[in-house]
This record gives sequence, C-alpha cells and structure tokens, in this order.
Amino acid sequence: MSLEALLPSAIDGLMLGFVYGLAAMGLTLIFGVMKVINLSHGPVIALGMFAVFLLSSSFGINPYLGVLAAAVIGLLFGTLIYFVAVDRVINAPELTTLLATFSVNLMIIGVGTVLFTTSPRSVDIDLGALRGSGVTILGTHAVAVVIAVLAAAALYGFLFRTRVGKQVRAVANNRAAAELMGIDSRRMLALAFGIGTALAMTSGALLSTLFAFTILSGGTYELKSFVIVVLGGLGNPTGALVGGLVIGLLEGVLTVFIPVAWVPVFEYLIFLVMLQLRPAGLLGSRA
Amino acid sequence: MRPTRIVAIAIVGLVAAACGGTTTPQASGAPTSGGSAAPAVSKALNIGFTNSQTGAQQVASTKQTEGIKLWVDQVTKAGGIKLKDGTVLMPQVKFYDDESKTDRVQALYTRLINDDKVDFLLSPYSSGLVKAAAVITEQNGRLMVTAGGADDVTMEQGFKGVYQVYAPGSKYLIGAIDLMLKLDPTIKKVAIVNEKDSFSASVVAAANPYAKSKGLDVVVAEGYDTGTTDFNPFINKIQAAGPDAIIGGGHFEDGTTFAKQLFDKRVNARFVALLVAPAEPTFKDIGDAAQFIVGPSQWEPAAKYSAETAKAANVPYFGPTPKEFTDRYVAKYGSQPSYQSSGGYAAGLVLQKALEDAGSTDPQKLQAALDKIDVMLFYGRVKFSLDAKTHGKQIAHDMVYMQWQKGSDGKLATQLVWPQDAATAQAQLRK
Repeated sequence: MSLEALLPSAIDGLMLGFVYGLAAMGLTLIFGVMKVINLSHGPVIALGMFAVFLLSSSFGINPYLGVLAAAVIGLLFGTLIYFVAVDRVINAPELTTLLATFSVNLMIIGVGTVLFTTSPRSVDIDLGALRGSGVTILGTHAVAVVIAVLAAAALYGFLFRTRVGKQVRAVANNRAAAELMGIDSRRMLALAFGIGTALAMTSGALLSTLFAFTILSGGTYELKSFVIVVLGGLGNPTGALVGGLVIGLLEGVLTVFIPVAWVPVFEYLIFLVMLQLRPAGLLGSRA
Repeated sequence: MRPTRIVAIAIVGLVAAACGGTTTPQASGAPTSGGSAAPAVSKALNIGFTNSQTGAQQVASTKQTEGIKLWVDQVTKAGGIKLKDGTVLMPQVKFYDDESKTDRVQALYTRLINDDKVDFLLSPYSSGLVKAAAVITEQNGRLMVTAGGADDVTMEQGFKGVYQVYAPGSKYLIGAIDLMLKLDPTIKKVAIVNEKDSFSASVVAAANPYAKSKGLDVVVAEGYDTGTTDFNPFINKIQAAGPDAIIGGGHFEDGTTFAKQLFDKRVNARFVALLVAPAEPTFKDIGDAAQFIVGPSQWEPAAKYSAETAKAANVPYFGPTPKEFTDRYVAKYGSQPSYQSSGGYAAGLVLQKALEDAGSTDPQKLQAALDKIDVMLFYGRVKFSLDAKTHGKQIAHDMVYMQWQKGSDGKLATQLVWPQDAATAQAQLRK
C-alpha cells in the first residue's frame, strides 16, 4: 500500500470521472425519456473520438473546436439513428429497441472498421502540466473537466430553463399527457436521442484528447456508462454525473490499495450490489 | 434485375472480399531452372493461415502477413521451390480475418483444413491466437509453423506438429535485465508490470525470478487488463514505490499508451523496457515519450546474421541476408520491417527449407525434415526442441534488444543495443 500515491490517484480518478459522467448522462437521458437501452452508445463514443481525430489530422482544426463539432454531429446523427432504428419500434417491448440499437452498434463498428481499421490513433495535443507535491495535472485533463462541466450545465440549462427542454421532460414524465397538451412527442423523442448521442460523442471527443483509441474503444466506456447509470439512478442525469465521479474516484483510489487488475471486478461488483439492494441508484431514478 | 438485388449482391460480394484473401502468385508454367532430364512438374502449394485485419492484434499481424506475402513473392520470382524429383512448388496463400479472436481462429483453421484443404498451415499472430490454432491443427494431425507466437506454455503441451519460429517468451526480458545491469549496476529497485495475457504473463514469470536472482528488489509486480487505456493511477502507484527501472508491458496498444503516460507523469525510472510496442516502427508516433525505451525484439534490420556467423555456429545459411530482406520489404511496402514481418518471412523460409530437405510434400517426411532443421537465416538461428513435452519449441533463436534514441539530427531512430557484439550504439539511460 502506498499512501503517497493516494492523492494524485484520487485527483486523476476524479478528473476522468467527469468525462465518464458526461458519457453516462447521454445513456441515461435516452433511457429516462424513452425507456430505450441504447446499445449504440459505445460506437457513438468512438465516433466522437474519430470526429476530433479526422478534423484535426485532415483539416488542421483545433481539437477543442473538433469537440464542439462532434457535439453538433452527434445531435444530427442521434436524430438520424432515432428515425432509422428506434422510431418505428418505440412502443414495442424494451428488448426490441435494445436489439434495434444493437444493430446500429454492429453497423457502426462494421463500417468504422472498414474505414478506419482497428489501428490505434491519437490526437496530437499537448497543453503542458501543473506539477507539484507528487501531483501532476495534465492540461488536457483539466480542459476535459471544464468542458464536461460546461456540457452538463448546458444540458441542465436546456432541460430546466427552455420551453423545448421542458417539453422533453414532459414527454419523459408522461408521454400521453404531454401529447394531450399539444406537444409533438415524436419530435421530442428524436431530440432527446440526438442530445443523448451528442453527449456521448462529446465525451468520446474529450477522451480522444487524453488517450489513444481505436474504433472499438467505445466498448469499455459503454460498459462503464452502464455501471454509472445504475449507480446514479437509471434515467437521472444528475445521478449519472455523480456516478461518474464515484466510479472515477474508485478507479483511482482502489488502484492504490489492490492489484490493478482487480479494479474492474470491484466496479462490476458495485453494479451487481446496486441492482440487488438499491435498483433506483444513489439518487433515485428519473429526476 | 431489381436495383435492391444488385445492391444486395454487391454487399455480399464486398463482405466476402473483406472476409477472406488469397494471394496467388503469377503461376509459372515452367520452372526457370532445372537441368535434370526429367521434365519439371509445377504444383501449387496451398498455405493457409488467419491474420488479424481487425481487433487488438491488427498492427503487428499486418506486418507478419506482409512478411509472409513477401516470401511468397520472392519464391515465385525465383521460380518456385524446387524439389529433388523435379517438382516445382508454387506457393499460394489463403487467409482470413480472425478479428483477433480465438473462436474465429478455431473456426477458420477448421475451414482451412476441411473446406479449403490447404497443404500446410502457418500461424496467426500473438500467443493467444497461436494457441487456439495449434489445438485445431493438432486435432487434425496437421503441421503448422508458428510465425508469431512466443508463449512458452503453448509449446509445452506435447504438440507433435507445431513448430515455433520465435524465441520463447521466457527469454524476452532476461537480456533486458542483463543489459540494464551492465548499463547501470547501481539499479536496485525494479517494477515488473504486465498485460494479463498468456504471453506477457509467461514473460514476467521468467523475468521476475531472474531479476531476484540478480539481487534486484522487485518493488511492484502486477498485471493489468488487456485494453487498459488509463494507466495514470497505476503509474502513481509505481512512482510511489520509487523503482529505478520498469520492465514489462504487453502488446502494441497498451505498451504505447503506458510509455506515453510514463513520460507525461515524468516518472524518473532510469531504465524502461517494454514488450512488443517499441519494436513496432510506429511507436515513434508518441514523440519524445519513445526516447530511451528499450524493447526486446526477435529481429532488427541491423542484425548481423550472415554466412560467416552460420559458419561459426557450424550450421548452413539459408535465404536472403538481413539487408536483402530489409531492402525488398521497403521496396514492396514502403516502410521498415518490424520483427513481426521477419517472423512471417522466416516461417516461410523454414517451411521452404524443410520441403527442400524432405524432397517431398509428404507430411511425415516434412515433419522429419522440420525436426532436423538447424539453420541460420537472416532472422537468426532456428532449431526446434525434440523433447516430447516441448516438441517444436524454439531452442536456438536469440532475442536482440533495441532502443529508441535521438540522432544528431534530433530525429528518433532505433538502435540495436544488445547483445554488445551486435550493437549499433551504446544503450542510454533515461534522463
């Protein structure tokens, strides 16, 4: 056990937790609004990574402008996924929508593998680092935290401060009642799927500035997102952010105390325990 | 025909093309040489294997396949493999994408044997996939030369028809420890970290006791999951233990990421040696983080194997020189060969030598010839164990060690740093 490593590892974990949380917010928003378990979440995260990579390597665009572009592309792409794969089966049992999004998952992975191969890629960016007392805070990690917080705040501003956002929440709370009030629920569902996808692509875009990746890299973060949304509460975006921080912190801190290969085991143990003992999550489902 | 049908047929065609590949050399109607009275008979020699066109092993596996294809090209240009009875064998390869997955490997090797009815088999790349393929080739009583798989355990199963070209994993970091202590005898504390896969585990299983036998204090000995991308908390833990040296790693993706994050965290270990990744030419894409990283390698372009070294070892020399191999590879692919490329080419050469020695494609005669092989190639010496438990395990090939160093022009390049008598530059400690 090395307590000397505790503080830097906790900081590293927490910082990454913000990005985990952002990814999980996308997954949980879609579930919260339309009860769809989005299995295209992982590949969409990977597409966010490639959006930044391609924009910066092919067009010389600053990676952080690429993050913004990834969010916009995600919004449009998510809306497209909704109309192509989800809209017609939105009222079918959850297994049907799960399989529909799994098909999208396989298509993205298939096409992505042909286009990009599975060679590791990385975005060439160096923002320096703050160093002191055994702690190193890389500039790229700090900026990722700021952007993740801004994106989460923007989501809240949209959901709670705008008319359209309130309509999305109304559809999430009671679709039939919302329709009786004149809200076009189909548009709101498509918009929610688009926003969820935008959040996933934004998190992928941020991860691309931190680590190397392949078209298959989204799978790891998709699994983490599931753990996080169960931890925070299914359908609860605040819970997802909190869950992301908890998982990030646990990853950092546990590594200090136990062999690193055991850390994922503890993560999935938490997943199992939460499902058994507190299925509504830490903050309860659907805020 | 309806447009949708045309599209469907096109998609099926594209999928089929993506799934499998065949390299068929220009069939030569007659061999270019001969001299014997009997007319030469040209026969196709069908060689099957899988490669990882996708998945975790894609980078290294592609290099291995390039090596195999280059061997096919060279044999074809030379007019085929000429047997004593006048038969000329024209190699052609049949391969499929195994997606870096063991279940795919097993299904595809079964297909290669039963449906494609290939004559001989080469292996996929990476120990896990080689092990999966070996189970199938053994079950079917077929011969396989493994082009890229170093795991000791695979070759300690008592297999009868599997022949390993790579030096086994247990040798990978032994030389790195020798190099490290020669370079800086004051190094005392070492962290041994590895990807938790069969190959990397077998490497550190040998390195750990060897380090201790040399009086080193192993302050961290831990494995990490395949696919790990964030090493930062783990690196904090390593850093807190204050190692003078870090050795281990796994494969390309994790090794590259680990080296980059070690650099970002300014970990002040004086010596870092990682498996697989540093030997891949694109390792330099991580920039200054690549500098000073040492990598064990099955082969490097600067290797000095030659007819003279063969003579000194009292074995025959077979095939091109290291320079000829490198030049031909660069001419064909426009990039430097990695050791995976050399493994692919060497596997082809081993098969070729055994066929020429056996004078036949008869599996039993070929197996007897493989058992007897003791030869020097551009790749180094190759000889297989005949012990029942370790049959086919590589016992003569030695590792070399390379290091990424900056030249006077400030550019990163690899230098051969160990063994000393073959070194192109003195090894350097990290600063």
